[in-house]
Amino acid sequence: MTVAESTYSGATSSVKTRYQGKRHRLDRPELLAPAGNLEKLKFAIHYGADAVYIGGQKYGLRSNAGNFSFEEMREGVEFANRYGAKVFVATNIYAHNEDIGGLEEYLRNLEEVGISAIIVADPIIIETAARVAPKLEAHLSTQQSTLNWQAVQFWKEEGLPRVVLARETSFEEIAEIKKHVDIEIEAFIHGAMCSSFSGRCVLSNHFTDRDSNRGGCSQSCRWKYDLFVDDMPMYPEGEDQFTMGSKDLCMIEYLPELIDVGVDSFKIEGRMKSIHYVATVVNVYRQAIDSYFEDPENFVLKQEWLDEIFKAANRPLNTGFFLDTPGAEDHIYEPEDKPAPYDFAGVVLEYNEETGIAVVQQRNYFKLGQEVEFVGPGGRFFKQTITQMTDDKGQELDAARHPLQRIHIRTLAPVEPMDMLRKLMIKK
Amino acid sequence: MAVKPELLTTASSLEELERLIAAGADAFLIGEARYGMRLAGQFDLDMIKQAVKLAAPQGVNIYVSVNNLIENKVVESLPSYLQALAEAGVNGVMFGDPAVLMAARSAAPNMPLHWNAEMTSTNYATAEYWRKRGATRFVLARELNMEQVIEIKENSTMPIEVQVHGLTNIYHSKRSLVNSYLDHQEDSGKLGSASKEQGLYVMEAERKDERFPIYEDANGTHILSSDDICMLENLHELMEIGVESLKIEGLLKSVEYNEIAVRAYRNVIDAYMADPEGYRFQDEWLEPITEAQDQKRELSFGFFYKEQVY
Repeated sequence: MTVAESTYSGATSSVKTRYQGKRHRLDRPELLAPAGNLEKLKFAIHYGADAVYIGGQKYGLRSNAGNFSFEEMREGVEFANRYGAKVFVATNIYAHNEDIGGLEEYLRNLEEVGISAIIVADPIIIETAARVAPKLEAHLSTQQSTLNWQAVQFWKEEGLPRVVLARETSFEEIAEIKKHVDIEIEAFIHGAMCSSFSGRCVLSNHFTDRDSNRGGCSQSCRWKYDLFVDDMPMYPEGEDQFTMGSKDLCMIEYLPELIDVGVDSFKIEGRMKSIHYVATVVNVYRQAIDSYFEDPENFVLKQEWLDEIFKAANRPLNTGFFLDTPGAEDHIYEPEDKPAPYDFAGVVLEYNEETGIAVVQQRNYFKLGQEVEFVGPGGRFFKQTITQMTDDKGQELDAARHPLQRIHIRTLAPVEPMDMLRKLMIKK
Repeated sequence: MAVKPELLTTASSLEELERLIAAGADAFLIGEARYGMRLAGQFDLDMIKQAVKLAAPQGVNIYVSVNNLIENKVVESLPSYLQALAEAGVNGVMFGDPAVLMAARSAAPNMPLHWNAEMTSTNYATAEYWRKRGATRFVLARELNMEQVIEIKENSTMPIEVQVHGLTNIYHSKRSLVNSYLDHQEDSGKLGSASKEQGLYVMEAERKDERFPIYEDANGTHILSSDDICMLENLHELMEIGVESLKIEGLLKSVEYNEIAVRAYRNVIDAYMADPEGYRFQDEWLEPITEAQDQKRELSFGFFYKEQVY
C-alpha cells in the first residue's frame, strides 16, 4: 500500500484488526536509527534516537558508507551515553573463509569501546562473539530472512536476545511470532528496501563482479530491464520497462499497530543517507511515539509529521509487507524523481538570545531572498525569508557560497545548536 | 585412493527420474513448492514414496528439498512432513531455515540434513556451526571460487556438495514482480501466468547477449543466471580434492538435455576414477553438451575462476 501526502484523514489508521503482542524487555519501543558517520550519529541521537547502528571498518554491508574507526566509535559511545542512548555495530556480512581471521580481535575491540550490540547474519560471528566478547549482545540481522516463530525460537535458544525479522513479515505474522516466543523483535519501519529476500540476491555478483553479501551491492534491482516472452520483447521501446525496484518503506501511519503488536525496536534504514534525512525522519518518529505514549486513547497522526517525512523522502513511500503483499503500485516503473523539493542548507552552531542572531554552518548553497525553514528536535519549526546575512567579519553576503562557512542570520524565532536549516530547491 | 563422488541431479517427474537413473545419476533432489524452492518439478509425498521405491533397489539416493524460507503457516506441518519423509525411506533432507532443524530433532532424529542456505553458505566455519547443530552435509554457495572450494574442502568436517552444471538462482523475491509489472502496464491478463513454463526472461540494455530467465511460483519471483555452469572439462579438479557430491541442476531444462548432461558427467567421473593418475580429459566428451546447449545461453565456469570485489 502506498503512502501519499494527501491521504491524511485525521484518523489513526485504516487497519481493522489490531494485533496484540507483548514487548519483551522494553516498556516502550526503541527508536533505532542509522548513522553513516560520527556526525550523523550525533544528529540521530540529538533528534531522538534511543539507539543508533553504525558500520566499522570490516564485516559490514555498506563498504561505501563512511564507516567508523574504533576511536570514532569510542567518541560515538561517549556522546550516546550523555543521552542514555546505545550504539550497535552492523557486522552483518556472510563471511567467506578469508574473513574469519581477525574476527576475534575485531569483536573484542567493539566490546572494549563500549558498543552495546552487534547486528549479525552469519552464525559464526554470533558464536565467536559469545566466546570472546560476551558483553556484546548479538542481534540477528534481517539478512537471515527470518519469517517464522520456530526459527526465532531457535535463535533465542542460541542465546540471542533480539531478532530483526525479514522485511517480508506482516503484522499478522509478527503477532504469531510474539505469541510463541518471548524475545525482542526489531522491525524495519522506514527507508529503502531490498525487493528480494535480504541476502537472497547476487545480481551484483553477476552483473558487476561485486559481492552483494559482503557490501558490494550495485543496486541492480533498480536498473531497468526489458521483459521477453517467446524471444520477443513484451513492450516496445519507450514504454515503462520492467524493474524490481521497490518504493521506500514508511510506517508512520501505523505506529499504534506497531506498538500494539509488540515490536520492540523500530528501525530506520539508511547508513548512506544524509544528516538531514536521518535527523528529519528520527525527529518525526520520536514525536509520534512520545505523543502516543502520552495519551494512547487520543493519539492522532499529525499532518505536519507526514509533511516532514515527505520533505526528507528520496522515493515514493509504501507500507511494504505489513498489511499486504506489495503489488504494481509499490514499485517504481517511471524514472525516479526526487519527490521532495527541499534540500539541506545548514546547521545552527550558535544562537544569541539577546540579538536573535544565529550562526549557521553552510552545508549547501543558499542566498538572500530565499525561503528557508528552521527545524529542531521535538517539532521546533518555522519558515522565514533570508533578508540579511553576514560572515564572521560582519561583511554583508548575498549568498552562502562556501561549504562550512559561518553565516550570521537573524532568525524569526529562537533556535538551538544542531537545529537544521533547509531550503526550498530552486526549480531548474 | 580417491573416493568416487556422488553424481546428484534433479528431476521434474518420475519418468525423468527413471531416465536419469539409466543415464547414470547416483542421487536426486526432489520435493514440492510448499517446503522446497526452485524445484525442477513437483513431487508430493506419494510421488516421493514412489521415487524411493524406484531408486533404492538401484542404490540411488533420494533427497528432499525443505530449503524454503519457512513461514509461520508451514511450521506446524513440518514435523509430520519430516516424519513422513523418514518413513518413506528418504536419504536426506536439504534445509536452510533453522525451523527445519528444530522440527527434525524430534520428528526425524536420524534424517541426514544437508545445510543449504543458497548464496549465503559461504564458509567452513559457519558450516561447522551447523554441523554441531545437526547438519550432515554442506552445500556450497555457487558464488564461491575454486580457491575457496579447496579451502572449504580442506577444513570441512562434513561432506560437501558443489554444483557443477546448469543455471543458478541469482535473485529471489516474495513479490510477484512479473504480474506487478503487467498490472502497471494495465495488461494483467496478457500472460495468464508467469510460471516457469512461459520461457520469460529479462535483459538489461548494456548486456544484450545475456538472457536472465524469470518466473513466479508460490514462493515468489525467481531470476536465474544467463549462463549455465559447465565444469565437465575441469571436473577432475573437484575430484582430486575429494568433493563428495557433484550436482547437475536440471531446472528449466528438457529431459533430453538433462540426460545428455548426466551421461557426460557419468562418463567423466568413471574415466577419472578408473585411473586418476593417467586421466586426461577428451574434448569430444564435451561435444554432446555443446550440441544440446541453447546457443543463447553461454556455457561457463560460473564463479570457479573469478575474483570478486566488495
